[in-house]
Amino acid sequence: MDFTSRIFQLALYGIVSGSIITLGAIGLSLTYGILKFANFAHGDVMATGAFLALIFLNLFQRLALPSSPFHPLSFGLPLVLAFILCMVATGGVAIGIDSALYKRLRGTRSITLLIASVGVAFILRNVLQFIWGPDPRYYIKKIQVSVRLPILGLRIKHDQVFIIIVAACLVIFLHFFLTRTRMGKAMRATSDNMDLAKVSGIDTEKVIKWTWVIGSALAAAGAVLAGIDNKFITPSFGWDMLLPIFAAVILGGIGSPYGAMLGGMVIGLSSEISTAFIATSYKPAVAFIIMVVMLLIKPRGLLGEK
Amino acid sequence: MEAFIGILNYAVFFAITAGIFAVLCLGLNIQWGYTGLFNIGIAGFYAVGAYTSALISGPPPGPMDWRVVGGFQLPWPVGFVGAALVSGLIAFIIGIPTLKLKEDYLAIATIGIAEVIRLIIKNESWLTNSVWGIKHITSPLALPIERGIRALLRANPGFPLWLQRLVSNGYNWFYLGMVVLILLLLYGVSEKMIRSPWGRVLRAIREDEIATSTAGKNIFWFKMQSLVFGAMIMGMAGSLYAHYARFIDAETFEPFFGTFLIWVMLIVGGSGNNLGAILGAFTIWGVWAGTEFLTHGWGLTGYRAASLRVISVGVILEFILLLRPRGILGEEKVVSFIFKKERR
Amino acid sequence: MIVLNVENIIAGYGETEILHGVSCKVEKKEIVTIIGPNGAGKSTLMKAILGLLKPTQGKIFFSNKDITGKNPNQIVQEGICYVPQSDNVFPSLTVEENLEMGAFIRRDGFREKINEVYQIFPDLKEKRKVKAKKLSGGQRQMVAMGRALMLDPALLLLDEPSAGLAPRLVQTIFNKIIQINEKEVSILMVEQNARRALEISHRGYVLAMGHNRFEGSGEDILSNEEIGKLYLGE
Ligand SMILES: Nc1ncnc2c1ncn2[C@@H]1O[C@H](COP(=O)(O)OP(=O)(O)OP(=O)(O)O)[C@@H](O)[C@H]1O
Ligand SMILES: [Mg+2]
Repeated sequence: MDFTSRIFQLALYGIVSGSIITLGAIGLSLTYGILKFANFAHGDVMATGAFLALIFLNLFQRLALPSSPFHPLSFGLPLVLAFILCMVATGGVAIGIDSALYKRLRGTRSITLLIASVGVAFILRNVLQFIWGPDPRYYIKKIQVSVRLPILGLRIKHDQVFIIIVAACLVIFLHFFLTRTRMGKAMRATSDNMDLAKVSGIDTEKVIKWTWVIGSALAAAGAVLAGIDNKFITPSFGWDMLLPIFAAVILGGIGSPYGAMLGGMVIGLSSEISTAFIATSYKPAVAFIIMVVMLLIKPRGLLGEK
Repeated sequence: MEAFIGILNYAVFFAITAGIFAVLCLGLNIQWGYTGLFNIGIAGFYAVGAYTSALISGPPPGPMDWRVVGGFQLPWPVGFVGAALVSGLIAFIIGIPTLKLKEDYLAIATIGIAEVIRLIIKNESWLTNSVWGIKHITSPLALPIERGIRALLRANPGFPLWLQRLVSNGYNWFYLGMVVLILLLLYGVSEKMIRSPWGRVLRAIREDEIATSTAGKNIFWFKMQSLVFGAMIMGMAGSLYAHYARFIDAETFEPFFGTFLIWVMLIVGGSGNNLGAILGAFTIWGVWAGTEFLTHGWGLTGYRAASLRVISVGVILEFILLLRPRGILGEEKVVSFIFKKERR
Repeated sequence: MIVLNVENIIAGYGETEILHGVSCKVEKKEIVTIIGPNGAGKSTLMKAILGLLKPTQGKIFFSNKDITGKNPNQIVQEGICYVPQSDNVFPSLTVEENLEMGAFIRRDGFREKINEVYQIFPDLKEKRKVKAKKLSGGQRQMVAMGRALMLDPALLLLDEPSAGLAPRLVQTIFNKIIQINEKEVSILMVEQNARRALEISHRGYVLAMGHNRFEGSGEDILSNEEIGKLYLGE
């Protein structure tokens, strides 16, 4: 494979991982916009979603649901159902954490919430590790071969096409939610100005709940898609996602969900393409460096307000 | 008696580790407690200090090692100072893009730098010996002291067993003395600085950045000094750790031990209070040790025990934030801030 | 009939008490203006009425109903709407979305209401799809007032509606206020353009350092020499 097609191949992978990062970054950005705090537990909420999906998956397999894979994908109905249910369940977990902890801390300085979220991150990660142990858990045992595309000899797996399509659908769905529904508009309004939202009669507590649900459900979706791409999940997944999703959010502009989408794609693409030039293990460092450069030249991000 | 000596020796070991954590807490207290700088990449500065010191004062690469540089075997104080300087330098570099921005940006940037440092430690084997770590790091004055202990024991074969045990632990007593001395010194220095006009500006920044900048203070520069000073102390703690444990690798400085535990210590003790920082370090290190007995009692081992212990520390943090956000001691109210007393 | 009755309220931010026992009344169909020097506590009074601050003492009645200590969204539901002094639009929402947010708790009749608002502020109709952050100061003020009208409030609180506007626009805004008042909406406003505000008001209050200083009809206040010297800058 020559150099150009290698770069294009990496870019293709970059779109796949960018889709996953985007889904994580959107939730982070939404909660930041409304609650005005950087939620350092968001990566671990993603991981929690991935493991909730594992629970459902095991359950369905035990229930002997028809599990033959949807051709040409490498997985079948159980994983698809688990995917949907885990989004709902993760939203529930997020609301639970909010009412047990963050809600009681609202009104204190936002940095207190940030510290609390660091604590939540460690708690979630270790609950996962306590239950499932540090070793990888598999969603899919089957190996899938990639198919050759007619251009430049690029290769991609059907599962990866699925990931990109699902992520795109979720993003479009979010866009319609934010611009066409009452609750979505109220979310944007609350993110603009919480006090004004209150005096307009908007029940901001309800808006906050919705924000947690949507953000965490998308995070869970991202995590399961990552699980489909890698075939396995580990409790440290959340930690590994932390830098990429924060980099994506800062790159796009904190608090802007559309910025998060853009940022997620840029981070995904540049991290993957960077492996043509530097060691793969430095991928997270690439995200970090892009973020620092952004902070230096335009701290508000590409699509940030003001 | 022997059982007592056993406990005493454990207590010494406990106190050395807690003392090193206390040093880290003092460093964080300068940054967070007094200036409001949110550093959650302590592990990075801590690790850089440890590795710098090991490379300056540690042994040269052995035949089985991958690393090819470092190990100059210079006296430990040189390594100690080097550790502080390199950590401070890294803090300076990371401060440039972030200190003008909101605190959350510093938070993510420090996590990022800690992660990058961890990646470098893992991957750059020529420098750090990657996952095999740096072994046989020399402890200051270890040779003469151990030799003296051995001579003493040989000269007195009639020592009862408990005394033998006590004496053979002599080096740890020496190291404890050194840690305590450095801790007290750093405590004294940071108390003095915090009570100086400089320290008052820091607190004014923490309380009200805008008012402080309108009072004509160069906020960025003051924050930078605080960040660098705190990071230098963290580097020193790294050096203290490396030469005590005599072995370091990437795992030593993972985010829980390297960063999170220290935050919990400071918050529990009371941020903005140096005594609280030290108290918090000893308390939480005690709790941490205590959880080991608990998980042991429940028959948990391996990752299960480790996870449960981390969870319990996390839960303690959340309860402190909810119920007693100012920590055990709370912030000192001795010196009131702002510029009343300071007209220059 | 008395729409709003504030009785001796004490309120402030945290430890600092700003209002040390302030009272005021608004009758049905009245325009009432509060004037006073900067920092007198005028905005604080408005926030306390709306429930953004909880008074430590005193009572607030709305149409004879005790609303002291209720939350903003409950008070809005009772029929008081509020236009804050600054940051009174949602910048990243379009004009129409801003108005929609005003009617958030309203389930029906949204279309008719929005058309009614467009009748009062025809400029806004053209800018329906424009984000509020792109608007001029005067247009924003209209969006903010329009938003507050979406719920058919019985009482409208306006905090310095003419602040920062060009003189030509000031008159437009005051005309709109009269127009709104003609639709049976009682109005309590704070104004720095004291003279012009009092000219269109039925009654007025002078507030200083958290205390009531004077009250009377618009003409009374305007013709009072002492007040003129102290607060109207004459
Ligand atoms: N959020 C707040 N927290 C603390 N103090 C505040 C806050 N908002 C206002 N204050 C203080 O309360 C006092 C009264 O403020 P308020 O905004 O009510 O005055 P005002 O009469 O509306 O003045 P202006 O004409 O400038 O709008 C001032 O001293 C102000 O500094
Ligand atoms: Mg005001």
